[in-house]
Amino acid sequence: MTQTTFHPNGQKTRIDLQIIAGMISPGSRVLDVGCGDGELLRLLSSTRDVDCRGIELSQQGVNACVAQGLSVVQGNADTDLVNYPTRGFDYVILSQTLQATRAPKKVLEEMVRIGRYAIVSFPNFGYWRVRLHVLRTGRMPVTGLLPHAWHDTPNIHLCAIDDFTRLAREMNLVVERFITLDGDGKLNLFNRFPACVNLFAAQALFLLRDKSAP
Amino acid sequence: MINRQGTEITATSDAERFAPVIRFGADAALPLDCGASLAPWDIAYQTYGTLNRDKSNAVLVCHALTGDQYVANRHPVTGRDGWWKTIVGPGRPVDTERYFVICANVLGGCIGSSGPTSIDPATDAPYGLDFPVITIRDMVRAQARLLDHLGIGQLFCVIGGSMGGMQVLQWAASYPERVFAAVPIATAARHSAQNIAFHEVGRQAIMADPNWHGGDYFTAGAVPEKGLAVARMAAHITYLSEPALHSKFGRNLQDRDRLGFGFDADFQVESYLRHQGSTFVDRFDANSYLYLTRAMDYFDLAAEYDGVLAEAFRDTRTRFCVVSFTSDWLFPTVESRQVVQALNAAAANVSFVEIASDKGHDAFLLDEPEFFQTLTGFLHAAAEKRGLASDTAREDI
Repeated sequence: MTQTTFHPNGQKTRIDLQIIAGMISPGSRVLDVGCGDGELLRLLSSTRDVDCRGIELSQQGVNACVAQGLSVVQGNADTDLVNYPTRGFDYVILSQTLQATRAPKKVLEEMVRIGRYAIVSFPNFGYWRVRLHVLRTGRMPVTGLLPHAWHDTPNIHLCAIDDFTRLAREMNLVVERFITLDGDGKLNLFNRFPACVNLFAAQALFLLRDKSAP
Repeated sequence: MINRQGTEITATSDAERFAPVIRFGADAALPLDCGASLAPWDIAYQTYGTLNRDKSNAVLVCHALTGDQYVANRHPVTGRDGWWKTIVGPGRPVDTERYFVICANVLGGCIGSSGPTSIDPATDAPYGLDFPVITIRDMVRAQARLLDHLGIGQLFCVIGGSMGGMQVLQWAASYPERVFAAVPIATAARHSAQNIAFHEVGRQAIMADPNWHGGDYFTAGAVPEKGLAVARMAAHITYLSEPALHSKFGRNLQDRDRLGFGFDADFQVESYLRHQGSTFVDRFDANSYLYLTRAMDYFDLAAEYDGVLAEAFRDTRTRFCVVSFTSDWLFPTVESRQVVQALNAAAANVSFVEIASDKGHDAFLLDEPEFFQTLTGFLHAAAEKRGLASDTAREDI
C-alpha cells in the first residue's frame, strides 16, 4: 500500500519508521498493515526481536517480502482486518496508509481491536504549505509530500491532525504518544507546542489504545 | 507394548523395484477413517541428503495425485527424472545439501505402498475394490508412522502441491507439534464441487471400460487401459490453462497440412492428450486412480472441526507459506486465500504469495523463478529460526 501512497523524502530508513520502531517493546507481536517492501518489518525483526507479520496490497511487495523471509500476506486493510483475532497482536501499525483506505474509521476500530496498541502515521492536511497552496492557487494541493494530482491520487481520505484527534476522541481512543515531523521528515520543533502542530507539522504519528478495552 | 516399528522388506517384486519399502505387521495395524484397519501394510519411500545429528533438518515432500516418491531421482518404471528436481536437489530451494528430504508413496498408491494392487492376505490375490477407501488423513497417518520408524520426531518442513498440499494442511492440523514449517501449494482445505465433478468423469471412464471387471482386472488378465487413459486426458486439461494450451498448440495440425475429415488426431492438442493418456497407463494403476481421487473428494479439513477451518490451526506454532498461481483454475487463489484467512484468525505465522503464471495448475511443477525465490526465502528464514546451520545459505535470495 505504501508503494502507491504518500512517501516521505528519506532514502535511508525513514525517520518515521525509526520512531515507530522505538515505540515497540522488544519481544512483542506486531502486525504492519500496508508493509510495502517490508522496510519496517526488517527494521523490527533485526533490531528489536519482534514477532512481526505484514499485510500488503501489492503482490509484488508481498513476494519481495516473503523472498526476504518476512511473514507477509497479500491483503487489504479495508476488507481483511476482520479476519484477525481480537488482541492477536500487541501493536498494529498503519504507516502512511490511513488516508488511502476506504473507511478509515472502520480500519482504526479494527486496529485497536486486534492490537493492544495502534500506531498510525499520516500526512497532515493542515500543514501550512498545504494551506498556502490552496490559498495561493485555489486548486487541490500538489506538494512534495502529496505528489499526486487530484484525479489519480490514492489518498482519498486526507485529514488534518486536528481532524484525527477529534475522531480519536469520538472513538474513545487514548493518545499514548503523539509525535510530528516537519517538511524535511525531521522531528518537528513545534512538538512541544500542541496548539501549533496542526499548522507546522507535515506528518503526524500517533500511538493509540482503546480506552474501553481492558 | 505395541511394536510400532516396521521392518524393511526385500522379498516381494514391488519391494525389489521400489526399495526401500517398510512393512508394518499385524502388531502395527493402521487404523483408517473408514473404520477398517489395515495390516500388514507397506510404505515405500525415497530420501535425499543427510539427516543431521539432532534430526532437525528433515523435510517431508507430499506428492500429488499421480506423483510418487521419486522426487529428484530416476523413476524405475518410466526411466524419467524426478518430478520435482527443479525444487529439490543440491542448491535448489529445498536444498539437499542442507535438508534431509523424504518422500513416501501415498497409501492407496501403486508405486510400492499399500494400495488396491497389493496382495490381500485373506485371498492371496490383489485387493482390487476390497482395499478399504482411504482419506488424506489416512495417508498422513501412514507417513507419521514411517517417520516414527525412521526416528524423526519433528519435521523441519512439510511441503507439497495439489493433493500433496492437502496432506500438508492435514499434517499441520493433525500433528502441529511435529511440523515446524508448512508449505501448502496450489491446494485447498476442501475439494470443490467442480473438482469432484471432474474426478467423477475420470472414475466413470475407468469403470466404463469393459476390461475393468468391477476392479478385478488382474484376475481377468487385461487392464482397463482405455478408461484410465481417458481419465488422464480429461484430468490433464484441468492441470493446464487456456492460454497455456493456446500458446503450446493453438489450432495447429498434427503431421498434416489439412483437416483429415475424420476422427484421427487432426490437431496437435489431441495428439498431445492421447500421448499423455497412453504413457500414463504404463505407470499407473486404474483402481489406484479411483482410490486417490476419492481421497481428494472426501477432503474437507474444516469438517473435522465443526466446519470452522481456523479451529484446525488453533494455537499452532507452525510457520506457513501458502502459495497459489494466477492461472490455476483447478485450485484457484481464492481457495488458498480461505486457508490464509483461517490461519490469520488463528493468529498463525503465515506468508501468502500468489505467483503470476499462465501455466495453470501445473505451474507448481514447472520452472517459475518467482516461486523459487519466495520458497527459498521462506525456507531460509525458517531454517534460521529452527537453528539449522546456515553455512550453505546462499546469497542469491
